[in-house]
Amino acid sequence: MKFDKRIIAMVGAAAMLMPLAACGGGSNSSSNSGGKTSIVVWSWEPTLPATVKGFEKANPDISVKVTNAGTNKKEYTALNNAMSAGKGAPDVAQIEYYALPEYVIRNNVTNLSDMGASGYKSFYTPGTWNSVNINGGVYALPMDSGPMALFYNKSVFDKAGISQPPTTWDEFYEDAKKVKATGNYITSDSGDAGFFDSMTWQAGATPFSTSKDGKTVTINLTKDPKVKKWVDFEQKLIDEDLIDTKTPGWSDDWNRGLNDGSIASLLTGAWMPNNLLSGAPDASGKWRVAPMPTWKSGGTENSENGGSSLAVIKSKDDAKSKAAYKFIDYVCHNKAGIKTRVDAGAFPADNNTLASSDFLNMTTLKDSKGQPNEYFGGQKFNEVLAQAAKNVVPGYKFLPFEVYARGIYSDDAGAAFTDKKTTLEKGVATWQDHLVDYAKKQGYTVKE
Amino acid sequence: MNVNAVVSTRASEQDLRAQEKAAKKAEKQRQRRIAKDEAAERKRAAKSGFSNPDNPRRSMWLTIVVGIFAVYSLFPFVYLLINATKTQSDFTSTFGLGFGHTFALWDNIVTVFTYQDGIFGRWLLNTIFYVVVGAGGATLLAIMGGYALAKFRFPGRKAVFAVIIGAISVPGIALAVPQFLLFAKLGLTNTPWAMILPSLISPFGLYLMWIFSEQAVPTELIEAARVDGAGEFRTFFTIALPLLSPGIVTTALFTIVATWNNYFLPLIMLKDADWYPLTIGLNQWKDQASTAGGQAIQNLVITGSLITIIPLVIAFLLLQKYWQSGLAAGAVKE
Repeated sequence: MKFDKRIIAMVGAAAMLMPLAACGGGSNSSSNSGGKTSIVVWSWEPTLPATVKGFEKANPDISVKVTNAGTNKKEYTALNNAMSAGKGAPDVAQIEYYALPEYVIRNNVTNLSDMGASGYKSFYTPGTWNSVNINGGVYALPMDSGPMALFYNKSVFDKAGISQPPTTWDEFYEDAKKVKATGNYITSDSGDAGFFDSMTWQAGATPFSTSKDGKTVTINLTKDPKVKKWVDFEQKLIDEDLIDTKTPGWSDDWNRGLNDGSIASLLTGAWMPNNLLSGAPDASGKWRVAPMPTWKSGGTENSENGGSSLAVIKSKDDAKSKAAYKFIDYVCHNKAGIKTRVDAGAFPADNNTLASSDFLNMTTLKDSKGQPNEYFGGQKFNEVLAQAAKNVVPGYKFLPFEVYARGIYSDDAGAAFTDKKTTLEKGVATWQDHLVDYAKKQGYTVKE
Repeated sequence: MNVNAVVSTRASEQDLRAQEKAAKKAEKQRQRRIAKDEAAERKRAAKSGFSNPDNPRRSMWLTIVVGIFAVYSLFPFVYLLINATKTQSDFTSTFGLGFGHTFALWDNIVTVFTYQDGIFGRWLLNTIFYVVVGAGGATLLAIMGGYALAKFRFPGRKAVFAVIIGAISVPGIALAVPQFLLFAKLGLTNTPWAMILPSLISPFGLYLMWIFSEQAVPTELIEAARVDGAGEFRTFFTIALPLLSPGIVTTALFTIVATWNNYFLPLIMLKDADWYPLTIGLNQWKDQASTAGGQAIQNLVITGSLITIIPLVIAFLLLQKYWQSGLAAGAVKE
């Protein structure tokens, strides 16, 4: 009996160790196993894994492993860790437009101009193409985009006596008062740097720029009158308690607010529809989409919020780099690849899809079980969003350390929202000081 | 006659009742006396600065404080239980501590195990694997190391002691980044080795086993075994191990809980979802709600969390009596 037990224990132990032996090679170490080039992709975008099947079918000699990095911030942290360790970085990475310059300047991503991407200019919307073109090179391909739009809860607006969504910021202010009278807030902001960028961009500001040689950075948040225009407007909303400054974006409470109407509208990127569907499912049929309000009546200026590209991470392995480029070309430029993702709910960055009738005439979203859902009450919401993409004002630039800058925004300016201990103007001035300090420490020449 | 008989039985019934009453009364008085004596004794004991453990002083305030703590620590568990029964739609629309409109617990459990091609099952197996190999290995190493340090005299013992005490005081999180760089150089990141190798070392477990071995295994017993001709390994396995079992259970519980709940190490080491433990996997599901175009699945995150803690609860219920006896062992010389 004892002997039997021992044998069982040994077999058990051996079985436990089997998976260890199986993983010996590791997923991203050997490049050519069985004639196949294997590449690793890091992203957090939910529709990207669906493209792998089609790509591997078209390229049987390449196998792709998509790794969900969690969120954007987590992926950047992991990328930076892997790059400082010199090992373990993926072959392809999803990088948002605002973070791309950082990786270009640090020489982490491959210039794709020579690989065939230089002729793609007319394929993409100007805003997204502009974002992947840095210092004369193409460093990524646009994967999706996030032109800003006004998503609003029509039933709350109706209750407040608002028949048409606001078209100017003055109207937005008046409507905010009407919505407040019903006991709800028109929107929420608890100090989000991405939103700050989008709103100042729409106001026509260009607070940041980097010289061609990448050595001089201009940081001009405090003296740009267009930054002040938005800051003053937002301060007015905060002072009169017209927006919800207590509910942090993307929290469960925030979803609850969107669900029950206590947060009645959102100024955000065109990728929002599917988030609304899963985060605020009970409000289905109540929401609508409208163009962003503008500063002057009849204006069309718009900006972007979020939106990502796919970049090829620099590697000594030429076969991997080529396979990686093939993959991002399939996802971002091939008709089938783009269609796979758009069908799953992604917002495209290419002109063809934005102009196609299939896309423009869409009135339903697909829920988690694949059932069609008329979330926007039968509205052809993509017509509004496609027009929003065309109206993006080009020329806005991000800092070469934008990820860091966004990370400290809420420390500096957040108090203007959450406990109103400071004003947004003072908070932004503090942010400016800290950014200048940081830039100097990083060795940049700073112009204010 | 008949009437008389009835009366007499009645009388005896009445007697009985009266006797019963008297007995009850006497008993009550006795209890009251005992209570009074005990109270007086408690008072005396408190006055002299010590309390008697066999007759502890009751304290309403302590009871209230402990009650509050009990509610406080059970609160998250109740929240998990209630919210695991809700659909995503109910989760966002109903009160957090009230039930939803539908009872979806079973649906949620099924979805947890089928969502994304059933990756949750894989995470569960990964976690069990890390616990068996990592925590199991850590326990084994701690037992052998602790026994050796307690029962053998060799040069460098003091140095080992200093290193272990030092190691306990360094939080694991502080070592995570250097560990990551080290493992990256070895090419071990993104493999289960990155999770298992660091879990194998438990300075606290080693220290515990050391102290425990010193008390629980009489040196005379080891000497007797040697005199009888047993080798060191045989002595260890057949004589020392059974004596150490309460300590082993304690160490095993500590390492199992530490490995099962380990979050920061796999967070930086692992990028491949196929090797995630439950902690990281659930966090990735949670993250979906805050990424552009992502699907919010809080109902699955909550239900998954509930499933995740159940094995730990079972382990504690099964092993707690060993654990309690283990913690007290060696405190009194018997």
